[in-house]
Amino acid sequence: MAAVEVRDVRKVYQRDRQSVPVLDGLSLDIAEGDFVALMGPSGSGKTTLLNLIGGIDQPTSGAIGVGGTNIATLKGDALSRWRSRHIGFIFQLYNLIPVLTALQNVELPLLLVKMSGAERKKRATTALQLVGLGDRIGHYPRQLSGGQEQRVAIARALVSDPTLLLADEPTGDLDRKSGEEILQLLERLNQEYKKTIIMVTHDPHAAERAKRVLHLDKGVLSN
Amino acid sequence: MSVFRLVLVNLGRNKRRTILTTLSVMVGVFLFCALGGVLDTLQDSIKVGSLSRLVTRNKISLVFPLPISYRDRIAAVPGVKRVGYSNWFGAQDPKDPHNFFAQFACDDVYLPIYSSDFDIVEWSKPQVETPLAPGADPKLQAYDQEQTACICGVKLMQKMGWKLGQTITLSGTIYPGSWPFTIRAVYKARKPSLGEETMFFHFRYLNEKGMGGAQLVGIYVFELNDPDRASAVAQTVDAMFENSSAATLTESEQAFQAGFVSMWGNVPFVLRVIGLAIVFAILLVAANTMMMAFRERTSEIGVLKTLGFRDGTIFTMVVIEAAVITLGGGALGALLAKALLEGGGFNLGGFLPPMRVYWGTVITGIAIALVMGAVSGILPAMSAARLKIVDALRRVD
Repeated sequence: MAAVEVRDVRKVYQRDRQSVPVLDGLSLDIAEGDFVALMGPSGSGKTTLLNLIGGIDQPTSGAIGVGGTNIATLKGDALSRWRSRHIGFIFQLYNLIPVLTALQNVELPLLLVKMSGAERKKRATTALQLVGLGDRIGHYPRQLSGGQEQRVAIARALVSDPTLLLADEPTGDLDRKSGEEILQLLERLNQEYKKTIIMVTHDPHAAERAKRVLHLDKGVLSN
Repeated sequence: MSVFRLVLVNLGRNKRRTILTTLSVMVGVFLFCALGGVLDTLQDSIKVGSLSRLVTRNKISLVFPLPISYRDRIAAVPGVKRVGYSNWFGAQDPKDPHNFFAQFACDDVYLPIYSSDFDIVEWSKPQVETPLAPGADPKLQAYDQEQTACICGVKLMQKMGWKLGQTITLSGTIYPGSWPFTIRAVYKARKPSLGEETMFFHFRYLNEKGMGGAQLVGIYVFELNDPDRASAVAQTVDAMFENSSAATLTESEQAFQAGFVSMWGNVPFVLRVIGLAIVFAILLVAANTMMMAFRERTSEIGVLKTLGFRDGTIFTMVVIEAAVITLGGGALGALLAKALLEGGGFNLGGFLPPMRVYWGTVITGIAIALVMGAVSGILPAMSAARLKIVDALRRVD
């Protein structure tokens, strides 16, 4: 069974009185343990597709199955609960909470599950060790470099052991060296920990690290 | 980490803003409670009255006097135990004319009528030992013997820096001239509502020096044998003087105080309106602060939702954040009003008992702060809860 099944998905945004179609009957399968890079020009619908798969946006029509669940039918709290269990997001701008330490940032997703404080701390520490930041758990985002911040964000995405890791231009705001480290980390997560990863990128060099590269253009897959 | 800790961390995010908002709520609730305290004090002044005492005053107005000859006729009414009288003096300390305090000239029966309401805590020894009159307080023997003697409240003594035995000179306003008094006793009230900032002295001194023997009194106060007969006795007294040059109005001491309070007119209403206006203004300040705080964190709210935080959890977090600010500020302001106004012994011009802020007013102030927090937080909380993740993250590619 595919980890992700996208079937005839359309997404149309309403801007003022105009309808702007972004995805046009897109279908796609992503196998478990796959590492897919989504490429395409700006406005091609990459991030929209990522958001739909992650359940933070709803398709205008069509079905999206993740781990056997048609998430297009989930709403409100049920969708939030599903997201917290199955999806780990990695943003281009890291989106860490600046007033929380690295450890507290990573603990955030665990606040939504019944777990003791000690257990939460233990898991968050393990996740930070996994991304090589075991010695920075008490640091605030402002005390970390961009690459380190992104690694904290990856630890936060990983800590609840999600089905899918969705990365939206994870190296887009980093220098080449830091970007390389992040790509290596994602590669490792895919190969060693068998994490299914979908990564949006503009960077062909980053896309090369994926097992499969998909090109989107004007809302349809071009390859 | 917990969700509540996350709220607290958010409060510390912009400490200056949090502190300023808390202080603004604190000041608002302080003012609300202080204004409420004025109303409480007015209420308290009504409670001074006893059910077993009646007060007779001139029917036209309290400012018009009554002849002293009424005393014996009132005393003869069946059911009246004893009658005393007093007169408002209204002098000033020439060294400190703005430090107003109340003074009453009263006869020898007046103070014994109130003997259950206060204790004489300091007194001078009499110059000559004389036999005590029936019912007279031995501690007041020196006072009784001296024409210019006076009795002062403990707080008045502290406020003016006076000592027992000291001779003070007041400057008369209604009864002009220089008025020397010697402090022969100090009283402490058993009920806080009675106040401890009043001065009592002999009516005979006022009558001889200030009235030229006219013998006019402000009010008669009389004790009843049976409080249940108060209404009948009052009617009898007023009927007795109905056709005289100075008709009387007799009422219970509580009603008399209430009438005195009613002279404040619409002031209590105005105070309530001002109090509510302050609360409303602070509500807008708090709401604006919460809206700003929410706007600044829009993308973070989007991140929390992406991580799986439910709309209800986000809503609750924002409301709790607002409530903590307003509740903290409100509790500080309300308790500060109670501590400062009561502890500081504020007195509304000597006409009323020392300022009180009832616990009911304090609790109302805190409750208003809590409601203020909830209301000011609801709008941003609703916006936060309804916010679409994709809009919050501002990325549509």
